[in-house]
Order: sequence, then structure tokens, then C-alpha cells
Amino acid sequence: MAGPHFDEMRDENGAVRAHFRSLAAWLADTPAERVAEKRREADLLFHRVGITFAVYGDENDEGAERLIPFDTIPRVIPQGEWSELARGLEQRVTALNRFLHDIYHGQEILKAGVIPAEQVLTNAAYEVSMVGLELPNHVYSHIAGVDLVRHDGKFYVLEDNLRTPSGVSYMLENRKMMMRLFPELFGRQSVQPVEHYPVLLLETLRAAAPPKVRDPVVVLLTPGQHNSAYFEHAFLAQQMGVELVEGGDLFVKDAHVWMRTTAGPQRVDVIYRRIDDAYLDPLAFRGESVIGIPGLLSVYRSGNVALASAIGTGVADDKSTYPYVPEMIRFYLSEEPILPNVPTWQCKRPEDLELVMDRLAELVVKEVQGSGGYGMLIGPAATPEELEAFRARVQANPANYIAQPTLSLSTCPTFVGQSIAPRHVDLRPFVLSGREVKMVPGGLTRVALEAGSLVVNSSQGGGTKDTWVVD
Amino acid sequence: MLARVAGRVYWMSRQMERAESMARILGVTSNLVLFAEQDLQRQNLLAPLIITGSAEAFFARHAELSVEALIEFLALDRENPSSIVCCLDWARENAHAVRWQITSEMWETLNATWLEVRALDPKRITGAGATRFLDWVKERSHLFRGVTYGTIMRGEAFNFSRLGTFLERADNTARILDVKYHVLLPSVDDVGGALDYYHWAALLRSVSSFETYRLLYRDQILPIRVAQLLILERRMPRSLAACFDQVKEAMDRINGQGDQSAKRLAYELHARVTHADIEEIFKNGLHEFLTDCLTDMDELGSRIQRAYLGAV
Repeated sequence: MAGPHFDEMRDENGAVRAHFRSLAAWLADTPAERVAEKRREADLLFHRVGITFAVYGDENDEGAERLIPFDTIPRVIPQGEWSELARGLEQRVTALNRFLHDIYHGQEILKAGVIPAEQVLTNAAYEVSMVGLELPNHVYSHIAGVDLVRHDGKFYVLEDNLRTPSGVSYMLENRKMMMRLFPELFGRQSVQPVEHYPVLLLETLRAAAPPKVRDPVVVLLTPGQHNSAYFEHAFLAQQMGVELVEGGDLFVKDAHVWMRTTAGPQRVDVIYRRIDDAYLDPLAFRGESVIGIPGLLSVYRSGNVALASAIGTGVADDKSTYPYVPEMIRFYLSEEPILPNVPTWQCKRPEDLELVMDRLAELVVKEVQGSGGYGMLIGPAATPEELEAFRARVQANPANYIAQPTLSLSTCPTFVGQSIAPRHVDLRPFVLSGREVKMVPGGLTRVALEAGSLVVNSSQGGGTKDTWVVD
Repeated sequence: MLARVAGRVYWMSRQMERAESMARILGVTSNLVLFAEQDLQRQNLLAPLIITGSAEAFFARHAELSVEALIEFLALDRENPSSIVCCLDWARENAHAVRWQITSEMWETLNATWLEVRALDPKRITGAGATRFLDWVKERSHLFRGVTYGTIMRGEAFNFSRLGTFLERADNTARILDVKYHVLLPSVDDVGGALDYYHWAALLRSVSSFETYRLLYRDQILPIRVAQLLILERRMPRSLAACFDQVKEAMDRINGQGDQSAKRLAYELHARVTHADIEEIFKNGLHEFLTDCLTDMDELGSRIQRAYLGAV
């Protein structure tokens, strides 16, 4: 899939695409000093508001809390393209939820041989305690962040994040920042709003409540303020007007979950948890977890509290399950996938492993359960030593790796130093599943700030942009 | 409101108030040493350490007692948990943990303060630089309190913030008065005697009451009137009476369970300064009166912790 990368702003003849014209004209009209001044203002505002994230393993106090670089040039998507994307996202997430329900109930897809049974049942994220449990609306992944990349003008799904995808707070704050810094830009064309996301999220979470509860109490469970996404947890809780709780704020009594308040215990019906399955309940999972709630799983299994996402959801967004998603769409929905997968080789298959070893220098190789850009190899960017070291790791445990062609991610104009240059971008829209599937137009655009770099993860030096869906 | 969150808000407000109190004490100390006679000098320098109960910790780190060493220890030392920079750090840390329960303006005020402190060059906090720094700390505390009062919803977060602020302030006023009174004038009969005008003026200034004193008494500064002003005068916002008014009001608004003993003690403290007579307080011993108040405030703090904030 090599070839020239797709430029989001200009076509192959160098002409500005129709949906970028208004922005390009504004850039041409606006003195460089003014834009530079606005960028400094943006930095200052982000710092003062404290929109930061922590980087794992960074002991240096200065680096422990860092700003995600914000680029002031938005990424523009025409309405027609977005409508198609939205249909594809709804289709994909619907199929993934159907899959999760199926593997914890009738296992029809396994019986039909569409997905190898051992692929699912021996997966570390498959949770036997979920078998037979009836969830409201049969939804497991209430909030999905689907990573899309664009190659040769076409969008591909790079991965599904079904458990606790983060980044939506940056989508919302980036929009707020752009409207504050460049109000005149929004007068030039109509940009579809994203500000109602927290309302949709709360609606989605309330829809997940145990059916007999009339006015459900929703809380957001965070591992605490030292978590890398703490800002987002706090932000979303505030925007939804729900309590942001830590494990120690909750306790189990009389088959219900309660929170400790200044006025005594209050019952909790829905927990939007931003902690992993393994830490939820020290009685059921990791005994040493200090951020979980002892006894939570038994309340969950009795149907007296809802968790978003459900326990055991991870089996569906595992990188080794990813290659089967197009088949899931065909199996459950009898439809052709609207959004294609990136071709993927599974190193557990001997023929695939052989091919991957032969072409290692051209491929991207990822750990099956890795995330955040950790534990991956980008062949074309690696030194011979790095290639050989990675080759040894893959050969030692082939089932732990998948490989994909190195995509030439599309580029978008980005401020670099004092000038504007193309930089590679991806897109993470957020898909909400309650009684129905909903999303706001757009998502989070991540941008690799290094020239030529394809790694957009914020933990690896990536930045973000506002994303505009325009008529 | 979550017990943990209420605790964060309460301590955030206490720590901000504590940073301000420390700035006041240090400001007045660096001023006093300019005027003091030799024999009073050491007592003046010791006073901030006695007020904050940190003399032992100070001498473990400093051999010499000087204004510079005091500022180093009480304002800038990150190893000293009651230093100004530590209070500002903690206030911001607490705010960070509950930034969704406080207003964005409150958070931004504390975060901006913290960012400035981090960028601070300790070498520039001497002489006039020290005065500027201490004034800046007071301003940030005023700003934070004003921003809080002006933006936060009248709910439990507001109540616990007020509770923290005024309990801390009462504690500070009682300590300053107790220690300074001891340094300045051991005997109540010494009225109008050899007292050093500057010392009394400095004491009043440290609690922003110099102008109020002038306005109310239009007279030379008499110890008993200073005590009257700082303990019983409810129009003076740093007096014990004014602080206990606010503590009682906040407690009245808090909707709790099993908090009778905390509320009862708050009412007792309030009644104690409402119906007191300053002559009688002097007769029974000012030091004893203040010590009792401090002990009871400490106990009230523990009861608040147990009743609302979860055991600590």
C-alpha cells in the first residue's frame, strides 16, 4: 500500500479542495504575526486551564504533566464524506456489540466457524463470569473510539477501542479554544457542532441502567488524579454533572453499590468506569488492586448496577480479533462492511509469520494487546539493530503480534516552527451505544508533529487539531 | 457531596488561608526587626516559629536565627510542610483532585499561583524581593477567596470551603495574639507603659486591623483594646468572633448525618465569644482563654473530619 500520501487540503494538481477553501483564504489573508500570537495565547490558556496529561514511566517531575500540543489549523471533512463514515461506524460498532452478546450467550459465530473458537474462548480478555448475563439493550461497549486513517483518499479502520477510549475531552476543548481564538473563522462557513457530546454521553449511560431503576444515579469511576487521562475523567464528570468517584468512595452493601457522601450513603446505578477489568473488584480479579470496589462483581452479576463498558469487552477490540470484524459485520448484519480494515497478517499463522519475517522492514508490527503506540515496530523507520531485536521478539512469541503494511497516512497543513507544513493525521470518532447508536460529527484528529513521522499518539509526541465537518 | 471531595475542598481552603497567614506573620516579622531593640530581637524572630509550632524543625535545619533563615524555612522550604510553597502546592493538589466540583475560575486561580511558584527563583526572595513575594501571596489568597465567593454555587462545596477558611483563620488569629501578647506585655497592669508603639501597630497590621483600631478607638494602642478587637469585635473580619460567626453559619447549612457533636462544639465556640467580656477574659488569663479556644478548635477540626469527611 505504498504510494504518495493523500493531502487533505490540496488535490493532486495542488489546487485547494472545495471544503478547505474558506480556511485557506483565511490563512492567506491573516498576517503570520497574528496567527503566531494566537498560538501563544492558546498555549497559555491550555496551561492555565490545566489541560494536561501524564506520561507513563516519566519520572522527571517536569515531564510528569505535559500539554498535548494543539495545532490551530483545523482538519476539515466535508459533510458527504462524514455521512458515509458515520454509517460505517454505526455498522461496525453495532456488529461488535452483537458479537460480544453472542460470545457470552449462544456463540453462534463460533459454531458457524466464522471465527475460530479458541481465538475467542482462550483470549485473556474473555470473561467466563459474563456468560449468560443479560445486559440492558445488549450493549457491552457503550463508548467506542474507532481509529481511522486515510490512505490514497480512502478511510480504513486501524483499530477499535471499545473499553475506555480517551481523547474526547480534547475534541471538546479544541473546539472551545478555536471558537475563542478565531471566532471570525466560524462566521465564514457552517461548522457542525460537537458541544452536545456530554449530553449524549449521559443519555447513553442512563440507558444502560438496570431496567427497574427509574431515575438512575450515574458516576464516573477514575483510578485517581495521577492517571494519565485524569483531566478527561474530571472534565466529563463535570460536563455531565455526575460525581467523579474513586474506588474508595464506593462500597457494596445489601447487594447494591453505594457512595460515601457528607450526608451518608447514596445508591449508585451506573458506573462509567475508566479503569480496567482487572482492577475493578479485588475479590474477583486482582487481589492487590487498591483502586477497585470489593464485591462489585457480585452486585453487577445480580443486575443491580451497570458498568460501562461491560466486563469482558476487551475480547472484541483485541488486535488479534480485529481481522475478523468484517466477517462479523457480514455474519450479524448481512451487510458488506462500509469501512474496510487495513490488511493484517496474524503472526500466529505460520504462512503469515513467514511473510512478515521476509518483509519486516516494510511493515508495521504491533503487540496484540498493546496500545498507545507502545510496543510497536515501524519497519521503514527502524534501524537494522531495532529490526533484528524485534524479529527475535516476534519469533519468540508469534501469537502476540500482528503486522500491517505501512500506510502512508494522509497529511494536513500544520504549524511547524514559524511556517506551515504537511503532517500526518488520523481520526478518532466517538460512537455511543445506548438504546440506539449516536455520535457527534467529527472526532479527535491526532497529528504527528515530526516531519515524516506516522506516530500520532500523544504519549509519543503527537498533537491534536480541531476537526470540522462542514456543509 | 462525596466525603472525599468535601475533604479536599475544606483542606484546599485551609491551606490557602494558611499560606496567607504565614505571609502575614513573616511580613510583620521582617518589618519588626528593623525597629526592635536588641533584647527583643530574638523574641521577635522566635515568634513565627512558636506561632507555627515549628521551632524544633527550624533549628534542625538552621544554626542561625535570622530573617533570611526564617523566610527560607517558613516561605520557601519544600521540606517544611507548613511553608508557604508547600501550602500552595497542597492547595493546588487538592484543587486538582476536585476541579470538577469547584469552578474553573477557582481552579485556574490556584493553578496559575502554583505555576508562578514553580517558576520562582529563591535567590530573588530576599530584602525587597521578600516583601514583594509575601504581598503577592496575600494577593493570591485574596483573589482565591474572592473568586470562590463570587463564582461557586451555594452548596456543600461552598460550605466546606468557608468552614476551612474560617477555622484556619480563627486558629491563626488566636495564635498570633497569644504569642505576640506574651512577647510584648506579660502584665495587664502595664497599660500605656513602656510598650513599643511599633510592635502593637505591627501586630494589628499583621491581621489587617490597624486602620480598624484607629477608626474604632481613636486612641493610643492599648493591649486590652487590641485583644477586644481581635477576639470579640465581630465587625473585624479576622477576629475570633467574626470567624466563629462564619463557622457556625457554614455548619448550619451543612446537611449531615451523625454530626451533632461537631455542631454542638461549633455553637459553644460561637457562644463563648458572643457573650464574653474582655475584662473578665483578662482577669482569668488571656493565655488560658486562647489556649482553650485553640484546643477546642482542634477538637472541632477532628469532629468535622469524622462527621463529614471520612476518617483520616
